[in-house]
Amino acid sequence: MDRYAKRRNIIVFLILLVGFVYLIRLFSLQVIEKAYKRTARQNVLREVIDYPSRGLIYDRNGALLVSNQASYDLMVIPREAEAFDTLLLCSLLQIDPADFTNSMKKAAAYSRYKPSIVVKQIASERYALLQEKMYKFSGFYFQTRTLRSYTYPIAAHVLGYVGEVNNRIIEKDPYYRAGDYYGVTGLEYAYEKELRGKKGVSFYLVDVHNRIKGSYERGRLDTSAVKGNNLTVTIDRNLQAYGEELMQNKAGSIVAIEPSTGEILALVSFPTYNPGELVGRSRMENFPRLLSDTLLPLFNRAVKAQYPPGSTFKMVHALIGLQEGIITPSTSFHCAMGYHVGNFSMGCHHNQDFRLSGSIAQSCNAYYAHVFRNILDAPKFGGTRNGYEQWRKHVLSMGFSGRVSPELDEELNGLIPSVDYFQERVFHSSRWRSLPIVSLAIGQGEIQTTPIQMANYAALLANRGHYFPPHLVRKIENSTVDPSFREKRTTTIDPVHFEEIIEGMEWTLSWEHSGTASGSSIPGIVCCGKTGTAQNPHGQDHSTFIGFAPKDKPQIAIAVYIEKGKWGSTFAAPIATLLIEYYLNGTIQDSRKNLEKRMMETNLLYPDRPNFIRITE
Amino acid sequence: MIRSNKIALSVDWGIILIYLFLVAVGWVNIFSVGYSEEQKTFFDFSQRYGKQLVWIVMGLLVGAAVLYTDSKFFVSFAYLIYAFFILMLVLVLLVGNEVNGAKSWLTLGGVGFQPSEFAKLGTALALSRLVSSYNFSIKNNVTRLKILALILLPVALILLQHDTGSALVYLVFLIPLFREGLSGLILFFCVLFVVLFILSLKISPLVLLVVLIALASLVYYFLKKNGTNIAKGMLLLLVNAVWITGLVWLIKGHFPGFYYVLFRASLLSGLIVLGFAYYKKRMRQVLVSGVFVLSILFSFSVDFAFERVLEPHHQDRINHLLGIESDPLGAGYNVNQSKIAIGSGGFVGKGFLKGTQTKFDFVPEQSTDFIFCTIGEEWGFVGSAVVLFLFIFLIVRMILISEKQRSVFSRFYGYCVASIFFFHFAINIGMTIGLAPVIGIPLPFLSYGGSSLWFFTLLLFVLLRLDANRMEQLH
Repeated sequence: MDRYAKRRNIIVFLILLVGFVYLIRLFSLQVIEKAYKRTARQNVLREVIDYPSRGLIYDRNGALLVSNQASYDLMVIPREAEAFDTLLLCSLLQIDPADFTNSMKKAAAYSRYKPSIVVKQIASERYALLQEKMYKFSGFYFQTRTLRSYTYPIAAHVLGYVGEVNNRIIEKDPYYRAGDYYGVTGLEYAYEKELRGKKGVSFYLVDVHNRIKGSYERGRLDTSAVKGNNLTVTIDRNLQAYGEELMQNKAGSIVAIEPSTGEILALVSFPTYNPGELVGRSRMENFPRLLSDTLLPLFNRAVKAQYPPGSTFKMVHALIGLQEGIITPSTSFHCAMGYHVGNFSMGCHHNQDFRLSGSIAQSCNAYYAHVFRNILDAPKFGGTRNGYEQWRKHVLSMGFSGRVSPELDEELNGLIPSVDYFQERVFHSSRWRSLPIVSLAIGQGEIQTTPIQMANYAALLANRGHYFPPHLVRKIENSTVDPSFREKRTTTIDPVHFEEIIEGMEWTLSWEHSGTASGSSIPGIVCCGKTGTAQNPHGQDHSTFIGFAPKDKPQIAIAVYIEKGKWGSTFAAPIATLLIEYYLNGTIQDSRKNLEKRMMETNLLYPDRPNFIRITE
Repeated sequence: MIRSNKIALSVDWGIILIYLFLVAVGWVNIFSVGYSEEQKTFFDFSQRYGKQLVWIVMGLLVGAAVLYTDSKFFVSFAYLIYAFFILMLVLVLLVGNEVNGAKSWLTLGGVGFQPSEFAKLGTALALSRLVSSYNFSIKNNVTRLKILALILLPVALILLQHDTGSALVYLVFLIPLFREGLSGLILFFCVLFVVLFILSLKISPLVLLVVLIALASLVYYFLKKNGTNIAKGMLLLLVNAVWITGLVWLIKGHFPGFYYVLFRASLLSGLIVLGFAYYKKRMRQVLVSGVFVLSILFSFSVDFAFERVLEPHHQDRINHLLGIESDPLGAGYNVNQSKIAIGSGGFVGKGFLKGTQTKFDFVPEQSTDFIFCTIGEEWGFVGSAVVLFLFIFLIVRMILISEKQRSVFSRFYGYCVASIFFFHFAINIGMTIGLAPVIGIPLPFLSYGGSSLWFFTLLLFVLLRLDANRMEQLH
């Protein structure tokens, strides 16, 4: 044996060492590490999305409100787009060549192999024209998308609009990918999960150049698009359209509710816009204009505007007074052209005694100053502060506690100040007095309510003490509506106390009782209501009215706010009663045609520019 | 007939079975890479798997022919075979075809092959012949020069073809030479300089210098177990550092930097210690200080060499291996995709024909240099481990066979074969899993290609033939 034979062992050891190290490495790569498996999937799978059409929206009587229209995105795969006539394509598309060149550069920068959108949302007519010429442009193709289409130019705020998802949405919900559409506002937003349907996806295997090589797992994982569920909304499209017609050239809102169900029959916010203005390519031009409009056409006043309720709030005090035994229907207070205590005076227009019903019909401020102070200062509560606490508890039970609709996210709360609020802002001590906050008696001061809360208040009066949460959706295809819509909410007021109040509301529209809205009475319909004048620190007071009809078995409850409309009787009451009449009778009787004409022609925005907002059908 | 029976009895069937199995595994994976749903035939000769089938059949014929050749042929004609392949390499340079930047292909009658592969066989045979010659001593300087010449001639020719990968394979002849008594110091220096090379590129030169000084001091300490030498050395270093700083300051008017001073001071100190030790005839101290001086000079010049000697794509590959540049779509793209493919295989793999990474061209050269990716992806850890085990088994078995040889020629040749296989195996699989630089050399028996398959078949079967010769004599 030669003397170097032992070196065999060193060499064999070296070989075994390499083998061992490689084995460990393979084990860690293939068994332990998971990242490579993920990357491998991303490498080879291409998802082709099949977009579903959004659910349709029908009104309560089955009229189609919202449907879909096809639109086309022009896509390009830069690698395949060889020399082509840019100017011809731009003229066919009717776009600026500079913009087009820009998008092409962006597409090439993103990927030469993967498709990018060059021009979004091309209308079907233009698409038809382009189709014939597309053979000249290799590397370009169309991707079909659906856009919203509106049968009537109404209810923009109710329906909301659909837009492209932003990064925030994508982060929140992994369902969305860049370029997807989603409901931004209104019902489109609230019922997004129902309306959107389910995207279909086909997985294809692609090679390193992104060329499709075949289906993945023989299409086992592929899904087809499922169209969105149709919605039937509670809106009556005739009533809604009529309401919007009456609101021409005015700012304000109308909310009408079916008291027996809480279904919202009409929800008008004015100024508004044509929902078609925010569809597809036209949104780019219209949205900034609407956004910068000082009259806030994008702002849904019906659920977001907070106004003082004014005199329409007086029944709240009456009901609490009755419930707490502070007053009886026959309790009377004197009005001496107002309410006077020491140096304090709150004006009114009467010099007579009022009993409950009459105080509502003629909207006596003094009466309610007495009622309100008597509640707060009632000995049984042991102090004004506690009295306020009790009063507030009753008020909150009437739906003023916060959002009344479970489905409209954008709704604002309104404000019935808490004890702490007054403690900090008004009294600064534990010694409360009712006089400094007596303006609450006539629905002024710190109280803020939204039109939808006021409509709900009208509905609970109509129902004599209970309400159903106001809502906008009646039926969802393949699903059920929120069961809370059918949950009866009762107030803390006993139903027996409502009859006197409702009598007073009936007198409001009666000539014999000198009701404040007697000029708006509807021959043939027993209508109950209450006018209000909401003080507006920024100018002319707001005209407001709540009411319902018929008195027995009410079918509609309504709240109307007309900004800068002055008295409740001047605009709010006529408009409310016209809507009630239209809803109950389907037409306006001749004797009230003049009133209707006057309402429609009045311009409270720019008296010198009567056709500021023109809605074309 | 008697003769063929003898061969059948004496040949190592275990190795032949592994050979056949690996070749089959290679073909299955080449088939999987080329397979598409449109073309479902096994024998499509326009596809690589069809062609490989032809190479395999011809390879088997080559193998059989080798077994039926008298073993004395390889001994007697060793130099001639070597000369023949050297001639081929020259020919390639004159009339070869360029593929992937390397001019290494020779086309004969429409079929291309790479002489650089076969030149390894020639070199192995020639070296075996030289080593087995009468009166051979590796200590003899003339012999050493002969060995160097035998190796460097093909290396030079292959480098001229710009095929650095194939040239690097010739480094493995150090292993059989080591077995035959080549000083371990040479191997030690090789390893030391490889480590220094990597460290010079990877860590800052100042840190490396400090590490080297510390290491040298430590070794020096263990030589005499005496701290005073270290103290003297440090003092020397300090003195040198001070006067160098002072001198530079006088001439240039500013402090030249720590690295500048420390490098010069330690170089000077090392040389002083070296001279002193040599004068006192303390050979171990001479060795340590010599290695120290060489090391710092080497690491100093690596950066320079890295920039000047290596081609840009080699720089990229080495940088990537060292993790200096991590750019998944740049130079590291291949290795990254290769790791993704292997990693995505999991424990049992995606199954035959189910691989996606390798099939859809994410991994480059997936049927040649990166064939192991397909195995990793479709057969998972289990499949990869089986292939790994078979290669290790094959290589170790070759070494064990070599050790049994009574002739030095056969033993040395056996070691050459084992070493060449080992190098190809270690580099090829190592690069697919990110442990070795990307050097374009095939995986024996598995990679697509006639030249490499025939070459490895020849290499292996010549060994089997030599081994059978030993067995024949026993029967």
